[in-house]
Amino acid sequence: MIKEWMNEETLRFTKLMEEFTLKEVAPLAKEVDELERFPKETVEKMQKYHMMGIPFESKYGGCDAGYVAYAQAVLTLSKACATTGVILSAHTSLCAGPIATFGTEAQKEKYLTPLCRGDKLGAFGLTEPDAGTDAGSQKTVAIEKDDHYEITGSKIFITNALEADIYVITAMTDKSLKTRGISTFILEKGMPGFSFGKKEKKLGIRGSATRELIFNKVKVPKENLLGKVNQGFKIALTTLDAGRIGIAAQATGIAEGAIEAAIKYTKERKQFNRAIKDFQNTQFVLAELETKKEAAKHLVFEAAKLKDAGKPYSKEAAMAKLFAANVAMEVTTKALQLFGGYGYTREYDIERMMRDAKITEIYEGTNEAQKMVISAHMLRS
Amino acid sequence: MNIIVLVKQVPDTTEIHVDKETGTLKRAGVPTIINPDDQAGLEVALTLKETIGAKVTVLTMGPGQAKSMLHECLATGADEAYLISDRQFAGSDTWATSKILSEAIKTLDYDLIIAGRQAIDGDTAQVGPQVAEFLKIPQVTYVEKVHEVYQNTITITKAYEDYKVVLNAKMPCLLTVLSDAYTLRYMDAKRLFETAHQPIPTLTNDTLSIDVEHIGLKGSPTRVKKTFVKAVNDKRKPLALNPEDAANKIIESLRSIS
Amino acid sequence: MNYTDGKDIYVFIEQRDQTISEGSLELIAEAKRLISTRNFNDEVVGVLLGQNIESLAYETIYHGADRVIMCDDEHLLHYETHQYVDVLAEIVKEKHPAAFLFSGTINGRDLAPRLSARIHTGLTADATHIAYDETDLKSKTLMITRPAFGGNLYATIICPNHHPQMSTIREHVFEKLARDNKRTGNIDYYVYPHKNHDAIKVLEVIDKKEKTIDLTKAHIIVSAGRGVSNCIPLVKDIAKRVGGSLGASRALVDAGLVEKDFQVGQTGKTVKPTIYLACGISGAVQHTAGMEKSDYIIAINTDESAPIFDVADLGIIGDAKAILPILSEKLQNQ
Repeated sequence: MIKEWMNEETLRFTKLMEEFTLKEVAPLAKEVDELERFPKETVEKMQKYHMMGIPFESKYGGCDAGYVAYAQAVLTLSKACATTGVILSAHTSLCAGPIATFGTEAQKEKYLTPLCRGDKLGAFGLTEPDAGTDAGSQKTVAIEKDDHYEITGSKIFITNALEADIYVITAMTDKSLKTRGISTFILEKGMPGFSFGKKEKKLGIRGSATRELIFNKVKVPKENLLGKVNQGFKIALTTLDAGRIGIAAQATGIAEGAIEAAIKYTKERKQFNRAIKDFQNTQFVLAELETKKEAAKHLVFEAAKLKDAGKPYSKEAAMAKLFAANVAMEVTTKALQLFGGYGYTREYDIERMMRDAKITEIYEGTNEAQKMVISAHMLRS
Repeated sequence: MNIIVLVKQVPDTTEIHVDKETGTLKRAGVPTIINPDDQAGLEVALTLKETIGAKVTVLTMGPGQAKSMLHECLATGADEAYLISDRQFAGSDTWATSKILSEAIKTLDYDLIIAGRQAIDGDTAQVGPQVAEFLKIPQVTYVEKVHEVYQNTITITKAYEDYKVVLNAKMPCLLTVLSDAYTLRYMDAKRLFETAHQPIPTLTNDTLSIDVEHIGLKGSPTRVKKTFVKAVNDKRKPLALNPEDAANKIIESLRSIS
Repeated sequence: MNYTDGKDIYVFIEQRDQTISEGSLELIAEAKRLISTRNFNDEVVGVLLGQNIESLAYETIYHGADRVIMCDDEHLLHYETHQYVDVLAEIVKEKHPAAFLFSGTINGRDLAPRLSARIHTGLTADATHIAYDETDLKSKTLMITRPAFGGNLYATIICPNHHPQMSTIREHVFEKLARDNKRTGNIDYYVYPHKNHDAIKVLEVIDKKEKTIDLTKAHIIVSAGRGVSNCIPLVKDIAKRVGGSLGASRALVDAGLVEKDFQVGQTGKTVKPTIYLACGISGAVQHTAGMEKSDYIIAINTDESAPIFDVADLGIIGDAKAILPILSEKLQNQ
């Protein structure tokens, strides 16, 4: 069991997240999905209880608690509501993360602190209509002017779009250098020329605010360049490495939530004069799903532990995400099967869990992209 | 302002059930919680801390494992915590427990002491008033709401069975609070990690030097002669009764159960 | 206190607005019963505090007390902890009662513990059963039984070496005696020099308005199912009479007959009341999942194979529509 090796405070933190999830997140999950509604009130509570900067230094308002605690938080939230899990994950790993790693002191004070303290929500924009896995084919450009950069272009499928105040985005500063000509910038909602597209209607994580970001000659001050010029792609990849742990945790949480729901249902449902938990098929299926889910958990926390120890973790994070996403899809599908007809209705949560699971195989690097990352590590000479 | 909150770590008795086969309480695996009425008391203290500024100190008398509960209290916002623990204290009834608690409290500064109305394991509601008596301070029990603190007095609403009273009490005084009145906030994530290693001193009888005649089993005027579980209910077959007999049977059950 | 045994069983007579609380009268009866089980020659003594309460002293005797110690003083008009503890402590010091019983009302549970600390004696809370030690006919030690652990456990408590033996008892545990105005007894007019206690001031008294009951906190739930869909007011009536809350199965909520707030079950609320009375509810798992942890389940259904009977402690095969009116009338006459 994962919890056996956790220290006291991380266990206490898990207890906090479990209580919070039970009382605040779970009761809204169905509605958030049905109405495709961003759970603003939950985010505000999470901000109030300082859950938005778990792995970052306390100097900037974070909890200094590392990625293990953070992964546990995302996992716990996602058991009840994958939407809430991804809101935290995108904010923490994809927005606050790169600012913490690559930001100047001034940038950290100006942007990281409000993100950690819960005053502002964050988002990250890399993907474009013509640049998904082929992220290097960015078309958004940042033209250098005397005291600012002028950014024009668009991003698509951005989590927390419009709800967030702070955006870390990539843009081409030198097209001729291709991927080596990409830079990262910190943008703020409200900057003239920065607008948003309509909310995407999705199969799952329907409460998550997924929109286009539209840049029409947005003037971004030079001090908002994150890291060095043309370092942007590297920053984005590093950022995604960390984000993968978050999504892997989300996927594992979805799987765990599905298994728990299935256990509860199979104890109650009777057919042929007995609870269906008494049939060997149910028992064997549950055993397999549990084993896979626990294996995913181990990969997630292994990657988290490596990151906390300052060791390389890119390959492990990719493996965790690949495996956990597959597990989430398999577990939710097979768990739904145990529910039979009732599982297909929206009265029960399992169908939502199955719809939510699918995205974990796609965003923050598709399964295929993870395989590229993993094999690249393996085949390095 | 200095506020002392008395808390107790208790098994979650709503999760305790009788083992139908052995006729004993199934206690294994039942989680421990901060006693619900005490949670309300802590919330009152934290609310006062927010509104008028106060130092909140949490005290508990219990075994070493109660320290984890004290850490949770620190994580919700309490400033300091003390564990009162000594093997000599074991077996204390409410009189002896209150004696010990009051001796510990005497070593600290306080303007207000907040206790929960009762603990869900002992269910006596005696410790609050007994501590107040030993400290010779006024008490207000069954507090439903704390309104304000003003010039060394505190204004509260006390809930009676079918009416309420608004009272003004001079401090130092002791209040006992009901769990329905206040819901304890969640632990704060940042504070949780910040206070994870904050030292929690243990007060033993070496520190407190209480007369051994007044503590533990020896110091307890009451003692438990025996315990037993209520008769295990076999789910019987349903009875076919005429309406008159049915109504009588229901009333009989209502009487004996409530 | 350190005297041996003591004499007589004292009962604190709680009064407000010239009315004695039911609980106090019930304790007189119980004290009398206890005394009758032994040859100690003890009496039941009512202790009455207040102002202009002489008539209440007579009422106390009419309800079975052998004598009354009455302290009639303007400072005792309203219950106040310090004043009352001061008087009672003095009385105990002077009279050395063997036992002192208090009704477990809000005031009783405010007063008794404070007194027990002042006079250094043992107090047992919420007794449900009291008896002298059956193994020793000469002993005045009481065996006081009470629930603990949320009612899952019973403990028998004794207070062998401190006196008086004190206990609080909840209302309606015992039954009072019938009032008999031919009963006589002594009234001891007790005077004490009062001390000034001004730490607590009453600012306002507020009468409680009707509070909506939170279903998950209700101690008794009377729940309606399809079998009583055309007599829901009757179910509501029963709920009111027993001081409980209404509950309902999903069928009634979906039909718009009851608000969703009252729905019990998998897609409604999960409840764990002391008593759950299911009327005309079949007991499908979607419903029982939300109430099967209730302490005591009573079910009424016309179908003897209804699954609700699998979880009921008391199952009645019958028509709730016929039973409930009779139940309502009987409750009214109580």
